[in-house]
Amino acid sequence: MNSNDQSASLLAQVREAIEHHSPLVIEGCGSKKFYGYPPSPDLDRLDVSTHCGIIDYAPAELVLHVRAGTRLSEINQLLADNNQILPFEPPDFDTTATIGGVVASGLSGPRRPYAGSVRDFVLGVTLITGRGEILEFGGQVMKNVAGYDVSRLVTGSLGTLGIILDVSLKVLPAPEVEITRAIAVSCQEFQSRLQSMQRNMPLSAAAYQDGFLRVRLSGSETAVSAAEQKIGGEDTDNVYWGELNKLECFAGVKNLWRVSVAPASKLFLEDAAVIGWGGGIRWLADPEYDPRKVLAGEDGHATLVKYDKQNLSSETEIFQPLPDLLLGIHQKLKQQFDPAEIFNPGRMYRSI
Amino acid sequence: MFFAHGPEFRSNIYSVDKQDFDKTDFVGRLSSICGENIITDKPRLAVYEADGLTAKKQLPWVVVLPSTIEQVQEIVRLCYQFEVPVVARGAGTGLSGGATPHAEGVLLSLAKFNHILSVDTENLLARVEPGVTNLAISERVKDLGLYYAPDPSSQVACSIGGNVAENSGGVHCLKYGLTVHNVSKLKIVSPTGELYELGSEAFDSAGYDLLALMHGSEGMLGIVVEVTVKLLPVPEAVCVVMAGFNSVEEAATAVSDIIAAGILPAGLEMMDKPAIRAAEAFVHAGYPTDAEALLLCELDGIEAELETQLAALKKVLENNGAIAVSVAHESEHRARLWLGRKAAFPAVGRIAPDYYCMDGTIPRRQLASVLARISSLSEEFSLAVANVFHAGDGNLHPLILYDANHPGELKKAEQFGAKILELCIEVGGTITGEHGVGIEKIDQMCVQFSASELTLFHGIKSAFDEKKILNPGKAVPTLHRCAEFGAMHVHRGQEKFPELDRF
Repeated sequence: MNSNDQSASLLAQVREAIEHHSPLVIEGCGSKKFYGYPPSPDLDRLDVSTHCGIIDYAPAELVLHVRAGTRLSEINQLLADNNQILPFEPPDFDTTATIGGVVASGLSGPRRPYAGSVRDFVLGVTLITGRGEILEFGGQVMKNVAGYDVSRLVTGSLGTLGIILDVSLKVLPAPEVEITRAIAVSCQEFQSRLQSMQRNMPLSAAAYQDGFLRVRLSGSETAVSAAEQKIGGEDTDNVYWGELNKLECFAGVKNLWRVSVAPASKLFLEDAAVIGWGGGIRWLADPEYDPRKVLAGEDGHATLVKYDKQNLSSETEIFQPLPDLLLGIHQKLKQQFDPAEIFNPGRMYRSI
Repeated sequence: MFFAHGPEFRSNIYSVDKQDFDKTDFVGRLSSICGENIITDKPRLAVYEADGLTAKKQLPWVVVLPSTIEQVQEIVRLCYQFEVPVVARGAGTGLSGGATPHAEGVLLSLAKFNHILSVDTENLLARVEPGVTNLAISERVKDLGLYYAPDPSSQVACSIGGNVAENSGGVHCLKYGLTVHNVSKLKIVSPTGELYELGSEAFDSAGYDLLALMHGSEGMLGIVVEVTVKLLPVPEAVCVVMAGFNSVEEAATAVSDIIAAGILPAGLEMMDKPAIRAAEAFVHAGYPTDAEALLLCELDGIEAELETQLAALKKVLENNGAIAVSVAHESEHRARLWLGRKAAFPAVGRIAPDYYCMDGTIPRRQLASVLARISSLSEEFSLAVANVFHAGDGNLHPLILYDANHPGELKKAEQFGAKILELCIEVGGTITGEHGVGIEKIDQMCVQFSASELTLFHGIKSAFDEKKILNPGKAVPTLHRCAEFGAMHVHRGQEKFPELDRF
């Protein structure tokens, strides 16, 4: 297994940045550059992609321990060779995604409602903190309640709390068979149709788009073919899920909103270009209104995933604004992890 | 069961500089918030003197039993104003002293918050109060064909709020996860008495994952006043397979081979010979008493899927020299096989006057060597040990047998236990898989974490609770304490206690 431990060099760069109060933009291979607020062009880049390689992988332990710069594609291949998967199915936008970016962004794919999210499978992290130290939290075991759960806290924090050096993830056996069915149904009815499949069906993905409810079935051959007959509809290509995960159908969209709601919510049913995660995500392509106004008072949040780079106003909030008390906790946590404010300033919220 | 907590745990930092603090007046104000639901007399306070960690007893100053969120807010606000410690308590079944009272603090019992507020069959969620017992949730939704997955062995009594505080596990974690994987939303009262929500009925929420952070935080970051849990459809089919082995190594290899074969059991438990014999003598589950190790493997899911998995499982067991294989499909038979495992602790309690239960987690591949070392430690300390093991997820519960009436034996048991925890750390594991740190394992935190890591934990605490009124003295040791304990973990060339003067 190739390995390239750059932790000493990265630590030295961070210490220098702290000393000079010079903020860093943390980068893997840049496949998720579009996500979050654009970094100021005059900031220094910190390239984590060279810190790569598998540290340990024992398939029978269901645990993978890797350096952050390791390519997702390499990990997926290694797991596939051992009939295992990353259950949260992270997107690999231009096939250069690194596992550090996967964890830092916290983005999960179509399997998420049925298997869990990135943070559900993060077991431990090694971090460079903004105090210029290398710290370890969690570990390579599945159950661990010693100390606060820093590993899950940094998952999805977009690099604002520290540099993820190494990460341990729980992996799962790959399903024997996977097939996708497409069922013609109206947007008003797809939820009840999906409800009827909620029990004793090996569902691993469900999305509604252009008049079709697509569901993916994963499991043993017998279980999948039994479910297939019950569900009806037409056979269709599994490739759909990979494409949706990479947002390929939104290539021409300027402002892409991702609205996360309870799966049974009735909001945006007609307006959503795609409804993913079994109903849990409503993708809105160039809506002529502010989705957050529609969402107001409901349980959920809206993220401006892609935006018109030429016209991002200073008023635009990319991530759902937080209530004051929560924002205060975020700021205090940021202060503890990164007192010199050198990690990805303003990438997630303008004030952290 | 570690007693070495004297001076710091009874810290009186909360009573200094409080010239205007009139204790009688404070209790009066608490009464005006809670009415009759306040306890100040010793006999009734004694009910709360310990949680499941009974070796550590401490009378609280006062106990309050509010019944509304507003009352909790008012109580906490008052405590914040006068910097009085607040220890939240659910059912008090925790094993690590997370709810051990503070001598000068308010013990806030959430026992009256015992209502299931709503069940959402479309989104598969249940909104419940924190004092609802774990099992009560599954009981309530049973008729809907649903259940709540995490099942700590104390599920009849333990409360869901306590499950969140300790991030409780159970025997089904490998497949269904811990509490953190099965809660979608929390309502929290902050140390300043403000009410806020974390998480969502959606699959994610904006900002940092504070919902995850709150799990296992042992009541140190906020007080949970409402929990929205995820419900799962009851699996169509379940079976339990029991297999005996002539050696621990064979059983351990079988566990690895089961996982390697792509089988994801709902539960996968191992017991060693002393545990098998104690359990069999106690409940007559039909365990093979001549076996050196016993595996219990539960498979669940879709009927068609189960058949395939069961066939694969039998093959793996056969290849690893399993003896006395028995497959239980009927619920009664399944329950009998499980009974021995679930009664393992009391069963061991019958063969020794006292036992001390450990909770380390290790990488599974280290199992055989760790058990061998525990066995030689057992000889070294002249104390017997029985092992039960959540084999699927590497969580080991060695039960050290001792007799507290023999002078020095408790101390020996504690030292033995500490050695086991240090062994778990050495092989890449952790000192606690599911019972929490509380006060019991606080010294071992010094072994597992470096000074800088502990400092960051204190930083996280202060981000939520600047005045440190919530459950002070638990879960995260001060560096000063670690220095006294003499086992501070130092790695990557960090200086010893560089920030000692800060505490």
